[in-house]
Amino acid sequence: MAHTLKINGGSYVIDADSDTPLLWVLRDLLGMTGTKFGCGMALCGACTVHQDGQPIRSCITTIDSIGDAEITTIEAIGSIPAGAQVQKAWLDVEVVQCGYCQSGQIVSATALLTTNPKPNDNDIDEAMSGNICRCGTYVRIREAIKRASVALATNAKG
Amino acid sequence: MFDPLVSHEVDTRIKISRGVSRRTMLTVITVASGGLLLGVSLPYWAGTAAASGEDNFAPNAFIRIARDGQVTLVMNQVEMGQGTYTSMPMLVAEELEVDLAQIKLEHAPPDDKLYRNPRLGFQVTGGSTSVRAFWKPLRTAGAAARTMLISAAAATWNVETASCQAAEGEVIHAPSGRKLSYGSLVDQAAKLPVPDDVVLKDPRDFTLIGSSAKRTDATAKVNGTAEFGIDTKVPGMKIATVAACPIIGGKLRSVDESKAATVKGVIKVVRLDDAVAVIADHMGAAKKGLEALVIAWDQGPNAAFSTADMVQQLKDASTRQAIVAINQGDAGKAMSTSPRRIDAVYQMPLLAHAAMEPMNCTVHVRKDGCDVWVGTQVITRAQATAAAVTGFPLEKVRVHNHLLGGGFGRRLDVDGITQAVQIAKQVDYPVKVIWTREEDIRHDVYRPYYYDTLSAGLDDKGYPIAFSHRVTGSSILARWLPPAFKNGLDRDAVEAGAGAYSFDNVLVDYVRQEPPAGLTTGWWRGVGVTHNAFMVEGFVDELATAAGQDPVSYRRALLNKSPRAKAVLDLVAEKAGWDKPVPAGIGRGVAVVFGFGSYIAQVAEVSVAKEGRVRVKRVVCAVDCGQMINPDTIKAQMEGGIIFGLTAALYGAITLKNGRVEQGNFDTYQVLRIDEAPTIEVYMIASNEEPGGIGEPGTATIAPAVVNAIFALTGKRLRQLPIDTTELKSA
Repeated sequence: MAHTLKINGGSYVIDADSDTPLLWVLRDLLGMTGTKFGCGMALCGACTVHQDGQPIRSCITTIDSIGDAEITTIEAIGSIPAGAQVQKAWLDVEVVQCGYCQSGQIVSATALLTTNPKPNDNDIDEAMSGNICRCGTYVRIREAIKRASVALATNAKG
Repeated sequence: MFDPLVSHEVDTRIKISRGVSRRTMLTVITVASGGLLLGVSLPYWAGTAAASGEDNFAPNAFIRIARDGQVTLVMNQVEMGQGTYTSMPMLVAEELEVDLAQIKLEHAPPDDKLYRNPRLGFQVTGGSTSVRAFWKPLRTAGAAARTMLISAAAATWNVETASCQAAEGEVIHAPSGRKLSYGSLVDQAAKLPVPDDVVLKDPRDFTLIGSSAKRTDATAKVNGTAEFGIDTKVPGMKIATVAACPIIGGKLRSVDESKAATVKGVIKVVRLDDAVAVIADHMGAAKKGLEALVIAWDQGPNAAFSTADMVQQLKDASTRQAIVAINQGDAGKAMSTSPRRIDAVYQMPLLAHAAMEPMNCTVHVRKDGCDVWVGTQVITRAQATAAAVTGFPLEKVRVHNHLLGGGFGRRLDVDGITQAVQIAKQVDYPVKVIWTREEDIRHDVYRPYYYDTLSAGLDDKGYPIAFSHRVTGSSILARWLPPAFKNGLDRDAVEAGAGAYSFDNVLVDYVRQEPPAGLTTGWWRGVGVTHNAFMVEGFVDELATAAGQDPVSYRRALLNKSPRAKAVLDLVAEKAGWDKPVPAGIGRGVAVVFGFGSYIAQVAEVSVAKEGRVRVKRVVCAVDCGQMINPDTIKAQMEGGIIFGLTAALYGAITLKNGRVEQGNFDTYQVLRIDEAPTIEVYMIASNEEPGGIGEPGTATIAPAVVNAIFALTGKRLRQLPIDTTELKSA
């Protein structure tokens, strides 16, 4: 049956089974390939997107469970203040290596900073431990999140 | 991966430093579109096992300068995170005198003649060779182009070339202040002969090489626009997913597809000899369709095979006649006369790669040819297998390379490409074949299991007067690069088999023992060096203990002939505060490794919980990789290599039961997560030596440093990976 999904400010009518994971709608039906497939079981975080600002794993989120919620993917994460700062910090710190997991990392980090603008190391570990990086960029992810946090605070004051 | 030149470098370092046979030839290629196109010809290392007797000088990489000044570098070395898409153009930009940002990169098409890696003999990215292979050729190409552009400008102005210089994409005549952009000079430059001898910049004048230039691929990787193989979009493309026989060497017997056919979006079920695939409108439907199949497998001869069988075979093999790799002095005699002898067995498991981008390949087989879209470390092999499966000649097979979502050696094999072409051959539209994570882990090409025996004869002060190391395992080279497998010796398996040390009496030998057909072993992040570093550095730590000596001072005494190894050891000891007491509850261990032309030492600080859980809190790393191209990339590779090696040390194991791989996803094949990541400090030694590789040695050094730290804390010596936490439980 047809499902109407709100994604990155647009509205899309999708003709697929109700139990189709959002990930494949994004990637294969809408061509939004910034969101990545890594495990299919919510174990690696590569497919993370926002559902009304909350980080979710799109590989296990079926399209009938989304309803009216607004989905935000890596393609639009820069429109969120925290997202723009996270992307900038990622570049400043040179986080990326192969880059495949980084969409998910950035989307998760954006959700963290949106709800907790000044996370400590434990907060970062807790929010980010669902996102695997095989290149091992964790040390820099920590640093970049802290940098984005400072930039957000500075911007808020300004 | 292996380092084809390591023994060569060790044996003939003096010769190479004199610059023998290192000349790079250049050619100008005329292009219809105009502009300057430079082909770089590379000397072909005659000792390369893959040497095929072709001419020794063939073009290898292309620099193109267009009339609008755009510089394009055709990249034959792929980007899989290791930073080649930054370091390679840096080499060109430095000599050509352009900004790094002015260079546009293109993935190279398959062509072994044009784009071969001179260190390995064909078009391949691996073995931490990119910078080592192209350090001189790409600078020479940049310098030649600069020289020709200066000559063209000097001729235009009718002035001496010596009065002109190049800077920021322009030629400048300083006395008159005149300037001409490169773009305006390319047509004239292209008519000039290529200079026989170009002068490379003095390293003291480098402004880009040695600086932490920003990665050229970073922006696309933070905004979701970077295109990996799995992101391929082709009009009319469908998505397939596949199940190969889960039993090693088994075949497909039959498939009942009646239920799959009713799944919305499923288009077709495709049968192969040993696998079945479902093609659908999207991956969700393909997976659902695959799950709905009722598949019967022909289990074949390995249906009862287990890890224990494999280990027993290796253990039995280890007592067979071995092939000698290193034999200096008389280890046997020295061993028999030494007052004390230490023996140990070390083991390392089969490992998967688990790159974040699961294996995938998009193929369109048409009537007149075939297109393949994939991220591969071996693009000409991708082309060859597609040609073999389709029956097309090579020139009818186009391969479009992509960024790789992790390589780690997995994408040095083309099994997934072969399979994708077999599937796509059965339909007339483009198909993207995506492996599920379970398929990716259960049908990987695994890092071999190694069963090694080590012995040392110690003098009365506890120093080794004899050292022997027998490596038993499968041979990757015999399968992957047969000409390099000579006289039964796999040079990779024994690489760094005596560590960075120079023992007076040393014997390193090798016994080949393969697992059953269907279980394939292959490259991983630093196979030979990584495996031998664990064995040797663990064992040397045991010797230090036997001698009652501090692990750092003991190693120092054995490194008198290797000043660079000693220097990284000293540096890491100083930075880690080795001479200061460790905090309560923390153990500290050290390891030093020479591999891929680089020297690395690491100190790990660990804690062990009552239930045996190991936490690595801090890692200090010192590296001397010769001339640095991009220090921040080196740092990143050390950080990442350490995390990759820690995953293997703490968790990595592929095990077999009833002929099947027991692991399937990140729940059963665990990888290190951010909450387990240590703090990492990297210190680099400035050097003008030839550049060393950096992709793999960081991984090699961490596992021994960690087990040595565990020993220092608990007194328990671990000789097998992954670390068995049950052995570490407190009473």
